[in-house]
Amino acid sequence: MANTDFHLQFQEFEDEQGFTEHNQGATTVTIDDPIKSRKQRKATGTAFEEDDNDDKTEIFISSKGLLSGQRKSAPFWTFEYYQTLFDVDSHQVKNRIIGSILPWPGKNFVEVYLRSNPDLYGPFWICATLVFAIAVSGNISSFLVNQGQPEFRYVPDFSKVTMAATAIYSYAWLVPLALWGFLTWRNRKITSLVSYSFLQIVCVYGYSLSIYIPAVILWIIPSEGLRWCSIVVALCLSGSVLVMTFWPAIRDDKPRITIVIISTIVILHVLLAVGCKACFFSTYEMDPSKDHNEPSAATNTSSSTKPK
Amino acid sequence: MSQFAGLSDISISEDIPVEGDISVPVGSQNPDDDFSTLDEPVKDTILRDLRAVGQKFVHVLYPKKSSALLKDWDLWGPLLLCVTLALMLQGGSADSGEDGRPQFAEVFVIIWFGSVIITLNSKLLGGTISFFQSLCVLGYCILPLTVAMIVCRIVLLGALSSVSFVVRLIVVTASFSWSTFASTAFLADSQPANRKALVVYPVFLFYFVIGWMILTFSPSP
Repeated sequence: MANTDFHLQFQEFEDEQGFTEHNQGATTVTIDDPIKSRKQRKATGTAFEEDDNDDKTEIFISSKGLLSGQRKSAPFWTFEYYQTLFDVDSHQVKNRIIGSILPWPGKNFVEVYLRSNPDLYGPFWICATLVFAIAVSGNISSFLVNQGQPEFRYVPDFSKVTMAATAIYSYAWLVPLALWGFLTWRNRKITSLVSYSFLQIVCVYGYSLSIYIPAVILWIIPSEGLRWCSIVVALCLSGSVLVMTFWPAIRDDKPRITIVIISTIVILHVLLAVGCKACFFSTYEMDPSKDHNEPSAATNTSSSTKPK
Repeated sequence: MSQFAGLSDISISEDIPVEGDISVPVGSQNPDDDFSTLDEPVKDTILRDLRAVGQKFVHVLYPKKSSALLKDWDLWGPLLLCVTLALMLQGGSADSGEDGRPQFAEVFVIIWFGSVIITLNSKLLGGTISFFQSLCVLGYCILPLTVAMIVCRIVLLGALSSVSFVVRLIVVTASFSWSTFASTAFLADSQPANRKALVVYPVFLFYFVIGWMILTFSPSP
């Protein structure tokens, strides 16, 4: 009977390790997304093998009694291991995307939405959509800019896709790797930090890129003011998601290190956005140059293709 | 009914021998004997495969919930469609190095690599479809887009004007939605109910990219 009281309390889990240590044998209910927990209660017994989580032991109460979710026991070279990384439903993905677009102060993305069930579906397909959105919008915008010139023949530039893919996928995987490595190294010195697993960081970064998709589509309109406006708005939203996620992990550290980390995260995010814009949406007709330091190059209207 | 009264006392004792003959009719049940395809003329073999491919084309053009594509999957149709599409997208111009037009290999890689990734995605999400069945369905459903490519080439034989662009846009949009709808009709049943949208979206993206390549195709002068 005491367990029903848990339903009414919203528990914030500050320290994941501390939680599992204190509650080793206790009966706990993790307050979850209500739809998800309802579905899981309905699905116990049939879909139970999907409850494996990677680094947090969660205990669900179901009508069949006390069932404990186990750690992922499949080794990483089997197919089942990767199936556990795709264990999300449509509405969960939708909620995670909405949570990354509309950051709410105090709602840590990892705690509220991921809940130790990071998925790779979101990051992978959001990056893929972003790559193709950039390529398509870049082609459309260069077509629109050069439309007035009668001698111009539109040629689709396919190399943009490969460049965009390389840039975005390396950002979405290498930066989380570096960040995870750094946080793990700091975690050894300061043990009270909230630690995120690598997959959770990849997940956060992947979902934070989702705001760029509408921004990139807005870049089709060849108006510099609108482009910069949408960049700033997108940067604010996704940057704040990232900052709010990683703030609890590093706030116990020395203030200098904290500032360095936060500013690195923000600067890399800014570089990605501005670099994409300068690279794919410059109104030059010549080969786009990967110049991060010259955003003003994008404001020059091209006159090189005008026939003399 | 009195003759049955004593039956309740009957028990099988060990001194009643049970013997007899068990014979299983072994006829020519081996299907290979009946359908040995080594001896038939080559024309029959080719025609049979072509007929199977053509039948699947018909199933794609009129997508009903049938299991024909799934039960007897083959990859000839997708290969044929992919090569046709890649050849037509190439434009046949020798100086295609300076254009950003997709090369033959790029189109080929996108179609096959994209199909593999979508298949892996649906299997990872818990789909019950097999790997090659999914490749087969995705490949065959490129047929409407190939038809749209042929139509676009014909339209482009005329003038390169905005009317032709609008016509091409309509044709490509219609065929891309047809492809997505057809492949969803075949694939949707094998997915868990709460993940259908997650599986359909990559298919939509895949056909959108192919449709984009078709729409932006411009012939060399």
